[in-house]
Amino acid sequence: MTTFLGMPPPTAPRGVGQLRGTVPFPHAARVAVEDAQLRRNLAHATTSIRAKRAAVVAEVPDWEQLRRAGAAIKAAAMARLDEHLTALEAAVTARGGTVHWARDAHEANRIVTRLVQATGERDVVKVKSMATQEIGLNEALAEAGISAHETDLAELIVQLAGDRPSHILVPAIHRNRAEVRDLFRRRMPGVDPRLSDDPAALAAAARSYLRERFLSTRVAICGANFAVAETGTCLVVESEGNGRMCLTLPDTLVCVLGIEKVLPRWSDLEVMLQLLPRSSTGERMNPYTSAWTGVTPGDGPQAFHLVLLDNGRTAALADPVGRDALHCIKCSACLNVCPVYARTGGHAYGSVYPGPIGAVLSPLLTGVEDNASLPFASTLCGACYDVCPVLIDIPSILVDLRRRHVDETATTVPSAERVALATAAWAMRDAGRWRRAGRLGRIGRLLARGHGRIRTLPPPLSAWTASRDLPAPPTETFRDYWERSGRHD
Amino acid sequence: MTEEHPDEARRDLLSRITHANEQAGATEPEVPRDYARTSELAPGSDEVVDLLEARLVDYRARVSRCYDAGVADAIATALTAAGARRIVVPEGLPHDWVQALEQGDFEKVVVDDGTLSAERLDELDAVVTGAAVAAAVTGTVVLDGSPDQGRRAISLVPDVHVCVLHADQIVGSVPEMLAALEPTRPTTFISGPSATSDIELERVEGVHGPRTLHVVLVIEPDDAA
Repeated sequence: MTTFLGMPPPTAPRGVGQLRGTVPFPHAARVAVEDAQLRRNLAHATTSIRAKRAAVVAEVPDWEQLRRAGAAIKAAAMARLDEHLTALEAAVTARGGTVHWARDAHEANRIVTRLVQATGERDVVKVKSMATQEIGLNEALAEAGISAHETDLAELIVQLAGDRPSHILVPAIHRNRAEVRDLFRRRMPGVDPRLSDDPAALAAAARSYLRERFLSTRVAICGANFAVAETGTCLVVESEGNGRMCLTLPDTLVCVLGIEKVLPRWSDLEVMLQLLPRSSTGERMNPYTSAWTGVTPGDGPQAFHLVLLDNGRTAALADPVGRDALHCIKCSACLNVCPVYARTGGHAYGSVYPGPIGAVLSPLLTGVEDNASLPFASTLCGACYDVCPVLIDIPSILVDLRRRHVDETATTVPSAERVALATAAWAMRDAGRWRRAGRLGRIGRLLARGHGRIRTLPPPLSAWTASRDLPAPPTETFRDYWERSGRHD
Repeated sequence: MTEEHPDEARRDLLSRITHANEQAGATEPEVPRDYARTSELAPGSDEVVDLLEARLVDYRARVSRCYDAGVADAIATALTAAGARRIVVPEGLPHDWVQALEQGDFEKVVVDDGTLSAERLDELDAVVTGAAVAAAVTGTVVLDGSPDQGRRAISLVPDVHVCVLHADQIVGSVPEMLAALEPTRPTTFISGPSATSDIELERVEGVHGPRTLHVVLVIEPDDAA
């Protein structure tokens, strides 16, 4: 399985992990928007986080300079990614860690399973990690008889409910406090049956439930927000302290790192640690960030494994437009401002990466045809670009992916859309043809039946009017009006 | 299980990256560093101490101030206020502070020799540490495992963390804070007590880390004038 010169790097394999939905976005979205409770929960959560983010971003006078620096740091890291990864490997190895390379989800799952098996343990604790969800690591470990216990509060909620995450930062955003209380009462062993729905009481219940687990589990699995090539330092940015528990108390630590997480220099963190917390939870700084380099004698896990994961990332890197999506620092600000995400929630996207960034990242990792509906799951309003801390131009990538989808599905039988656009192009090439075409449009008035708007077009144009009305064409074209009123020359 | 070929995977992955970058015509941009790398507030100044205190309080940390001579008293007061009876301290905590604690009204003062298990640490109420550096603008205190801070487990498992910080360890900005650190040390950045925003995106203090964070700010007598 060698990559030959000129061959595009492979996308993430099918049949493993969670990058592809089972139904196209429009169908999943239709179900989601009919769930009134879901829409109330999402509206409440996204509205409050938007206000918090805006307030703490406004406190930073050099925010735009930081964004530009953040974008350039990531672009520079990607341009020499091979060199940075080998530097990272050398630094981690020099400090007593072991580095593994995984071309795809299967390979990463095999490596991690083997590492856990080598310890003889059957239980592992996990810090929330998008990469391990992406590759379906928990399922792979379960097949090998190993139980993975999620320790992040929202992940715990999702795991207890047998549910799927619906937000990058707050995987249980689709659940409100009363639903969480009911779930804890039903599924959390030893919980007080009178548990209230006060978030502080719910957090306390999670604390006591997980404490014993933290103290006794010998193996932990984590991801990392950043890895610094020059020093070999990995960082986990978190709030609750479950990350600190997993990174500190076990004997063995396994970190699954997407290769795009690497930063060239320690000083690059001075930009990222300002951009990330304010963009994600709307805090000046998150409660806890842990940084570690390989193994430190006498402090924390004495065995450290770093698994470097591709799984379609190099395929995205080969795309001159889409590669910018790899700059994402998973803050989730774009989800919270997106008019589509705020109504459908994350499940409709099918992938662990939902919202605007997911709508570009997922098809880039899997190949457009495996997530063909996602680039269309957007109004292209651009709110995502406005809030992105590393200036990813998501709307432009969405448009480019739509183009790729159209190019890749071009068949001998032209679609109605293609015929219409080809006809329009033909008409627009000639002034006389364009004038006559404009007048022809007046026929549309018949369809409006005097309502001033057209509710249903005949097939195949009915696809367009299925979800929107068209204004009735005017009685006179603009050109005719212009000439009649004698305004020309 | 399939046998792995680690060298082949590494070679493949690196060559994919090289080809992807060639195919996309990637170039390395210059990173504009025109953002503020130093704060307008001087390290250790009255203003920087005030800002740190305001930011810590905003995230529900407790803060008290004392002079150099009053540190031991300030620690004891903080511990008593938090209801702590059994205390763990790192081996390198200043001897006179530890002595004062041992003579104080506490049930147990344990000096960590690196052998205490997590279960034993869980039986203790509080930890007292020094700190490496702090950033005022974000209300962040940093521990780097130096002898007066100890290994990470002792400042994690007990429910109360009393952290002693000298004014001259406080810088204004995040870049200054990072520049003051040795990257390869095991480092913990702490901004307020443990918290979560996982239920309805509302910040709630108190999950797995210490639920009480008390920062003792040691200032110069001149500063207080």
